[in-house]
Amino acid sequence: MAHNLRGSSAIVGVGLAGCGEAHGKMPLDILAEATHNALDDAGLKLSDIDGLFTGSSYHFMPTLSTAEYLGIKPRFSDGSMVGGSSFVAHTLNAAMALKTGLCDVALICYGSNQRTAGGKLATMSEQQIYEAPYKPRYPISSYALAAARHMYQYGTTREQLADIAVAARQWAQLNPAAFARDDLTREDVLNSRMISDPLSLLDCCLVTDGGGAVIMVSSERAKDFPNKPVYLLGTGTAHWHRQITQMPDLTVTAAKESGERAFKMAGVTQNDIDVVEVYDAFTINTLLFLEDLGFCEKGEGGPFVSNGNIAPGGSLPVNTNGGGLSCVHPGMYGIFILIEAIQQLRGHCGARQVNNAEVALVHGNGGVLSSQVTSILGTEEVL
Amino acid sequence: MTKQSDKTNKSGPDMIYRSFLDRHIFALPKCTKCNQFHFFPRVVCPYCGEFELEWLAISGKGEVYSTTTIYRKPERGGDYNVCLITLDEGPRMMSRIEDIDAKLVNIGDKVTARIINDDDEPFVVFTPSKEAS
Ligand SMILES: [Zn+2]
Repeated sequence: MAHNLRGSSAIVGVGLAGCGEAHGKMPLDILAEATHNALDDAGLKLSDIDGLFTGSSYHFMPTLSTAEYLGIKPRFSDGSMVGGSSFVAHTLNAAMALKTGLCDVALICYGSNQRTAGGKLATMSEQQIYEAPYKPRYPISSYALAAARHMYQYGTTREQLADIAVAARQWAQLNPAAFARDDLTREDVLNSRMISDPLSLLDCCLVTDGGGAVIMVSSERAKDFPNKPVYLLGTGTAHWHRQITQMPDLTVTAAKESGERAFKMAGVTQNDIDVVEVYDAFTINTLLFLEDLGFCEKGEGGPFVSNGNIAPGGSLPVNTNGGGLSCVHPGMYGIFILIEAIQQLRGHCGARQVNNAEVALVHGNGGVLSSQVTSILGTEEVL
Repeated sequence: MTKQSDKTNKSGPDMIYRSFLDRHIFALPKCTKCNQFHFFPRVVCPYCGEFELEWLAISGKGEVYSTTTIYRKPERGGDYNVCLITLDEGPRMMSRIEDIDAKLVNIGDKVTARIINDDDEPFVVFTPSKEAS
């Protein structure tokens, strides 16, 4: 029997703003412009929004600051903070709020000026007192430790990780809105400056500005809007740790559970997925998530991602906007994978469009491989 | 329940941990029910939920679970090691390996704890174990 949230809500508006560099703008300026674009896309006005879902590295009480800025008075608000995965997680909470009538028009939104504000990662995170004396670089060292362990256990190579960056760049070259579109080779990645080995500069995501907004409504009224609705088929969340020292096995993320939950709610399997958008803060993320989400066996991520398999023309389209590695990454990236999946399912992706995309998987990551959230979206054909 | 709060009110686990280190003892909380040590120190066993814990000195022996060299300009102190150690008693902690070039640290290396002071705050680093194992 289908889960009663399956397909109960749909995305009817998406908007991006300030991706790349948004000189002279504050995070909420960018968020508001993205919201404006999403409202235009849906044919709605600000005053229609009565449910607000947002997260921020700049505002301690993000729903309050955001609603105040936008001049809206939501009936229901949720500022659940699970790092970059927050915005994917918000789809579940928005679906629950829409299903139960707590709100009628849900806005999920984010904005950041990380690049033009100086490139530093804004964070309100508390210091991890049992890690701080050893001066790990946050967050890259945690991911480097996971990559090193995966290499040790499964023979994964830097070349295979580099191929993930190359595939992302090849997708970015098909996306006029992507930030990094120059040619990139495996050797370029391998020869880039080492930061926390085995991860070098080009194993790391971009630092850009950018904002995104998504508007969700109940499926009952999803066809009343200008664009083809994209239905939320399922979302699953899981988290097993906060600090990297507490991660039970550095080669297995909680994506294993979040994925199982999302697939179960959606009633689909890996074979049904046409396009995959995962949070690639570092190259190792893509590899771990493809394994944990069941697209290949544990330990076989290296061979799976190499030789163009996830690049344009490969067997599994992954991170079709160019990813956090080559498209956009303003501090937290979750909203952007959601938007790219929706655009793919609408068929609005131009040169990078995946043919006949009907089911998309979105996977968000937060903290240091800590919070894992998987969403599965689909067109009316698979409802 | 009152009993536990009486006990924890005397001193929190972080203070107990550091007061042992001040006396050059590497001790961790051990569960009286499932007998497992845990790190970082808490008032509850994260494996079984038991609140009755005891503090015991541990061997200081462990193995490198994963390792990274953080690259840093020589004028800022040069490259350094950050690693995760799985202690022989089970818990895992972040640390660094001293007395060896950062790039020569390998996963699986046997290591031994050393308590050092930095800015008057004692903490645990590791050195390669002497004996073959
Ligand atoms: Zn226990």
